[in-house]
Amino acid sequence: MVDMNVNLGGLKMASPVATASGTFGYGIEYIGAVDYSKLGAITAKGLRVEAWPGNPSPRHAEVPGGLVNAIGLQGTGVAHYLKITLPFFRSKTGKIPVIANIWGGSVEEYAEVARMLDDKVEAIEMNVSCPNVKAGGHTFGQDPKILSEVVSAVRAATKLPLFVKLAPNVPSIVPYVKACEDSGADALSLINTIPAMVIDVETRKPVLANSTGGLSGRAVHPVAVKLVYDAHRATKLPILAMGGIYSAKDAVEFFLAGASAVAVGTATFTNPEAVSNVYDGLAAYCEKHGFQSIRDLTGALES
Amino acid sequence: MIAQNCRTIEHNDIGGGYRYLVFESPEMATAMIPGQFVHIRVPALEESALRRPFSVFDAADGLVTVLYKTVGRGTAALNGVKVGDTVNVMGPLGHGFPVKCEGTALLVGGGYGVAPLHLLARRLATPKILFIGGRTKDDLLALDRFKKLGVEIRAATNDGSFGEKGFVTIPLDAAIAELKTKGEKFALFTCGPDGLLKAVADRAIANGVPGHISMDRHMICGVGACYACIQKTVRGNSRCCIEGPVFRSEDLVW
Repeated sequence: MVDMNVNLGGLKMASPVATASGTFGYGIEYIGAVDYSKLGAITAKGLRVEAWPGNPSPRHAEVPGGLVNAIGLQGTGVAHYLKITLPFFRSKTGKIPVIANIWGGSVEEYAEVARMLDDKVEAIEMNVSCPNVKAGGHTFGQDPKILSEVVSAVRAATKLPLFVKLAPNVPSIVPYVKACEDSGADALSLINTIPAMVIDVETRKPVLANSTGGLSGRAVHPVAVKLVYDAHRATKLPILAMGGIYSAKDAVEFFLAGASAVAVGTATFTNPEAVSNVYDGLAAYCEKHGFQSIRDLTGALES
Repeated sequence: MIAQNCRTIEHNDIGGGYRYLVFESPEMATAMIPGQFVHIRVPALEESALRRPFSVFDAADGLVTVLYKTVGRGTAALNGVKVGDTVNVMGPLGHGFPVKCEGTALLVGGGYGVAPLHLLARRLATPKILFIGGRTKDDLLALDRFKKLGVEIRAATNDGSFGEKGFVTIPLDAAIAELKTKGEKFALFTCGPDGLLKAVADRAIANGVPGHISMDRHMICGVGACYACIQKTVRGNSRCCIEGPVFRSEDLVW
């Protein structure tokens, strides 16, 4: 039996496979279609203090190799989440850890959301890289100085394992990795969607009401592997890797590049069983290649 | 909701780009409420394409039927499904029609929007009339199937090739006027293009009767997880896949 336990910056997971923010709602929507027993954690979609309406419709376009979306972080707000959604999730799924993805319009709001969630969830993932929201999201993730400020503020607000989800569209990921490390982050989440655009050539208008969006799915996988590789060489912080995982092979690449755990996202939309298939495939890979623990696979890239 | 591999029992081309796909699922057939939908993984595309949602046309005797039009890459690939092939289906999904009605149920459909109205007609015990509209008589789908259920049909076509010439609102307005004159109760149920849906919702509100409007928005997950298929309602941005597809006329913001 392969040991599939991982510790991601203080978050103990019985499986190295999680779900990616925004693709699994608040964890309750896929009950009945997903085998939750193979999930190491679920990531609840972006939470801020108040409810947020998100972007106008249309919010997505299917493209070869993936999906461009501009949902715009529609959500119910933390109070509703804690009162209604989270207790329902707990009652249905038992002990699966929850990573709460958070965002805000200001440094203070990020800290406030983290404070409200402290002791209620098992980890916090800061979204500083959503390409679809101006006020929050990416403005905090495109400058290492501002990134330090917001990560430090959240660090001071919570004792929970703190992950920072970084943007892929930077010249080098290293300054951002260092900023997270120096500001008290416990782990990194890589990657968010890649800024993208789809145009309807008949109407000559953008397909998305937001004009631009973020690309996810199969097409982003090699980009994500490279960024995980770069980040792993620059830091000892554990990495939760996501971006185009459809099968165990995609996940193994991330481990070899330096990930300590992975998250399945867009693939779930087509195949809700993808998460459990990835889990089974990872265990089988370790068995076949003589890795007694999934942890031994992290960074096991041959040069 | 369940997700399972289902055996294809029938897959019939009925012309005009429309097809019936019938698959076996006693569990879904029993649980299905009219107006709910199924989310199908398109076999030829399953590696990377999104699922495609379809209104349920019929659910009886362990079988589920969808009526679809070939409109793009997904439906074109679905054409290749053969009898005996398995398709992966999630369902029943979404909030459907109420299966009760005070007085006469006026069912108003355009194009393949008649699909959920057929299952509704099967399950509704009250008197019902189908108002069906299209550009020409070839766009009037499944008339034989509605007749089999004993549903009275009033049609309109833009070119006058079947029923009244003009929009389906012509026979609908005549029926509403008649019911009002007699002092009889009625309710409206509709699915079809947005223009038709709004026309029906306006009439429900104007007459102070229940209006149940089935919206069609592009979906991703089909289960309420991704927040892509938004319809504006009095409650804000509502998800068509879980808060809909059927909304009350007074809740919709156009």
